[in-house]
Amino acid sequence: MNFTLRIWRQHDADTPGRMVTYPVEGITPDMSFLEMLDVLNEQLAAAGDEPVAFDHDCREGICGMCSLVINGIAHGPQALTTACQLYMRHFREGVIDVEPWRSESFPVLRDLIVDRSALDRIIQAGGYISAPTGAAPDAAAVLVPKEDADRAFDAATCIGCGACVAACPNGCAMLFTGAKATHLGTLPQGQPERSWRALALITQHDAEGFGGCTQIGECTAVCPVGIPLDMISRLNADVLSALRGTPGRP
Amino acid sequence: MGAVRAELFTTGEPIADTKAPTGPIQDRWDARRFALNLVSPANRRRRSVIVVGTGLAGASAAATLGEAGYRVKSFCYQDSPRRAHSIAAQGGINAAKDYRNDGDSIRRLFYDTVKGGDYRSRESNVYRLAQVSSAIIDQCVAQGVPFARDYGGLLDTRSFGGVQVSRTFYARGQTGQQLLLGAYQALERQAAAGTVRVGTRHEMLELIVIDGAARGVVVRDLVTGGLRAHLADAVVLATGGYSNVYHLSTNAMGCNASAIWRAHRKGAFFANPCFTQIHPTCIPVSGVHQSKLTLMSESLRNDGRIWVPRQAGDGRDPREIPESERDYYLERAYPSFGNLVPRDVASRAAKNQCDAGRGVGPGGRGVYLDFAEAVGRLGRAAIEERYGNLFEMYQKITDEDPYQVPMRIYPAAHYTMGGLWVDYDLESTIPGLFVVGEANFSDHGANRLGASALMQGLADGYFILPNTISGYLARNPRPEGLDETHPAAVEAVKDARRRIGSLLAIDGRRTVESFHRELGSIVWEHCGMERTALGLREAIDAIGALREEFWADAKVTGTDGELNQTLERAGRVADFFELAELMCIDALHRDESCGSHFRSESQTADGEALRDDEHFAYVAAWEFTGDGSAPVLHREPLVFQNLELTQRSYR
Repeated sequence: MNFTLRIWRQHDADTPGRMVTYPVEGITPDMSFLEMLDVLNEQLAAAGDEPVAFDHDCREGICGMCSLVINGIAHGPQALTTACQLYMRHFREGVIDVEPWRSESFPVLRDLIVDRSALDRIIQAGGYISAPTGAAPDAAAVLVPKEDADRAFDAATCIGCGACVAACPNGCAMLFTGAKATHLGTLPQGQPERSWRALALITQHDAEGFGGCTQIGECTAVCPVGIPLDMISRLNADVLSALRGTPGRP
Repeated sequence: MGAVRAELFTTGEPIADTKAPTGPIQDRWDARRFALNLVSPANRRRRSVIVVGTGLAGASAAATLGEAGYRVKSFCYQDSPRRAHSIAAQGGINAAKDYRNDGDSIRRLFYDTVKGGDYRSRESNVYRLAQVSSAIIDQCVAQGVPFARDYGGLLDTRSFGGVQVSRTFYARGQTGQQLLLGAYQALERQAAAGTVRVGTRHEMLELIVIDGAARGVVVRDLVTGGLRAHLADAVVLATGGYSNVYHLSTNAMGCNASAIWRAHRKGAFFANPCFTQIHPTCIPVSGVHQSKLTLMSESLRNDGRIWVPRQAGDGRDPREIPESERDYYLERAYPSFGNLVPRDVASRAAKNQCDAGRGVGPGGRGVYLDFAEAVGRLGRAAIEERYGNLFEMYQKITDEDPYQVPMRIYPAAHYTMGGLWVDYDLESTIPGLFVVGEANFSDHGANRLGASALMQGLADGYFILPNTISGYLARNPRPEGLDETHPAAVEAVKDARRRIGSLLAIDGRRTVESFHRELGSIVWEHCGMERTALGLREAIDAIGALREEFWADAKVTGTDGELNQTLERAGRVADFFELAELMCIDALHRDESCGSHFRSESQTADGEALRDDEHFAYVAAWEFTGDGSAPVLHREPLVFQNLELTQRSYR
C-alpha cells in the first residue's frame, strides 16, 4: 500500500509548526500505524533528514503514551483503539493527516509530542487513597460487592492518554478526572476522602486550564478504553456534596 | 575483532559475603531487619535517595522512602511515571494467602519458586519473597487496587504455570496496570507532599561514584538535551529488564539496559546475564517491519488447549482438523501439569514442534491455543469475563476472532532474570548502589514462574529496600559539603557529554534501527531458546564485528541540545552491543542446561534441560575490566539447606 502523509512538524515549543507532506510506499496491511511511521522515519534517517518525533512505548494499547490525531480523530478512526493498536488494514490508500493532541493545556514539545504533565498534577492533588505502607488490614477483611469492584475497575482502566482532552471542543479533562474519582470513590477504602478528593481533583483540573464540561460526549467517543460519560456525572455529584458539607481535609 | 579471541574471560575470587543471615530460614528476614541500623524520623529529611525508574519496584520504593521522610528524587524516561512497562503485565500477582484451602503456604510458594527457577536462586531471598507476598496484596487493596472479587465480595484467585494451587490474584487481564497505578498514585501523593521530586523525560547516562560509594547520577533532560549531575546519599536503580537486546521482544520500545550497564562499567557486577526468559504465549511475528511482539497472558493456558496438527505441513483450517489428527503435545507429555507447565518447558516444546514442521501460520512459526472446548464447557460469557480484553487485543493485531478460530502463539523474548548482582540487602558491589525489581538478578533463578515478577517488584519496593537502605543510610551519610561540583561528578558529566559527542560524530550511512535489528537477530538465533558452544562463539564474533561497524557507520541525526529520539536510541543500542557480548560469554561458560538456559549439549534422554549441580550451582557475577579486556567471573556458590535439589519434572 502507498500513502501520502501530511504530518505536523514543529521543532520545539517556541517555534511555529506546519504540515509537511511525505510519501510512504510498500506498507503492508499487517503493519500498525506506528510501524508505518517507523518506516517513514527509517527513510528520513537514511536520507539524513530528521525523523518525525512521536510518543509511544508499550505498543500494546496499555501504557497510554501514544498520542496522535489521525485524520482529525484522536487515536484515529477505529473505536476503542489506541494509535499503536491501529492497523493499516483499516485505511484506504491516499492522504492521511497526522497531528499532535491539540489543547492549551498540552503544549507541543516537538512534532507530534505534547506535554501532558497536567494530568499527573491532577493525580497529585488527590488521586489516591492515603494508605501508608506497613500496616494494611488483611485484604479479605473488607468485603467489596462484585458490582462495585467491577465498576471501580471499569473506571481504573483509564490509561491517561489524554485523548478525551484532545477531542473536546472545550479542552476539558473531566472524563479523565471523573474516572479517577469514580475508581476510588466506588470502593469502601476510598470513602473517607471521597468528598475532599473530588473537590481537590476538580480544583486542580480548573487550575491547569482545562475547560468545563458541557456534555458534548466527544471524549467518550474517542476514549480508547471506553470510559463512559456518566463518570463525569459521578464526579459532579461528589463535588456538589463536598460543597454542601465539609470536604474533610484542608 | 573478527578472529576468535583466545581468552573470553578470566576467573576471580568467589563472592564470600552476601549479607544473608543464617539460622532457621523463617527467621532470617526478621534477624536481618533487627540487625540493620535505623535512621530516626527526625534525621530522615537530612538523607536523600535517587531512584531511577518508576515501574512497580521504583515507584513503590520512591513512594515508601518519601513516606518514611527521606528526601527522594525520582527519574523516568517516559512523560509520566504511570507509563512504566510494569503497566503491561497482564496475568496476576502471586501471594501465599491460601484463601482457597488448597494446600498453599509460604513454604510451598518458596518451594515452587526455587524449583521453577531450576535451583539457581537463593533460598534466603526466595523465602523472604514468599513471606512478604501476603502483605503486598493487603497494601494494594488498601490503596484501592480493584482486584477481581467473587459475588461474596472476597478476592478471587486463579492458577498459573508451574504450580498446582490457585494463588494468583488478578485484575482482569490488566493486573500490572492496576498495581502500577496504585504505586504511581502513592508516588504522586508523595510528590504533592514534597518528599519526592519526580523528573519525567529524564534518562540516566552515568553513575557517580565518589570514594568508592555511589553518590549520584548524571541524567539527560530528554526535552532540552541538558545534562546534569544529581547527588544523594544513596542511589537505587529500578530500571527494568534488558529483553530489548533481542530487538523483537515483549518489552516496551523504550526499555533499555543503559542505567545498569553504565553502573556495571563503574564496578557493579552483572549476574547471570544469559538467563532471559522466553515467554511461550506471544502473538507470532507477521512481517519484517514488526517493531515488537505482543504477549498474551499466560493465564490463557488455564482454559486454552495447545495443539498442532499431527501431520507436518497440514495447511487445513484448524476447525476442519478432527480431534484424532491433533496433537495436544503438552497434555500428552506432561500429564500432571498439562498446558500449565512452566514457561521454559512450554516454549521449548513449541519450538520443537515447529522445528519438526508441525508449526502453523505464516512461516510455520506458531502453535494453536484453542478455546473451543472451554467456550463449550463454560459458555462464551465466562470466557469474556476472564479474558475479554486479551481476545480483543488478539483480534486487533491478527484480524482473526479467537472465539471462532484458535489463537496462534509462539515464544518471544520477555523477562530477564539476569541483572546487576545484589546481596541480601539488594545492594550491588558498589556501596550505596541498590538495585530492585527486574534490574537486579536476585530472586527468580534460571527461570521465572508466571505472576512472580509483580510480586518481586513490589516486595523489593514496598517492604525490603526501604528497610535495608536505612541500614546503609544510617552508617554512610553523604560527607558534609559533597555536591555537584565534586570532581567525580564533573568528570561523569563530561564522560556523558563525550559519549554523546562521539555518537553524533559517527555521521555514517546505516540507521541505528537497522543495527538494532541485526544485533537482535544474532542474539535471538544464538543466545535465544537454545544455545550451542559453536553458535555462541559465532555470535560473539558477529557482535564484535557489528559493533565496530556501528561505531564506524551509524547515522545519528540531529543535535544534542534538543529532543532527539534517534540520539536516545543510539546510546541504548550502543550499550546493548556490550551487554549482548557478555550474555553470550555467560551462556558459553555455563556448560549445563538450567531453566531458560538450554544448552543443546546438556539434555536428558527425553530432551529436558540437564542441570549440572556439581559444577554450576552458583551465580555467575561478572566484573567489567575495561573496553576490549576480558571480564572476570566471580562465583557465588548457592547453598541449599531447606530444599533438596531434584531434577525438575512436570510429567
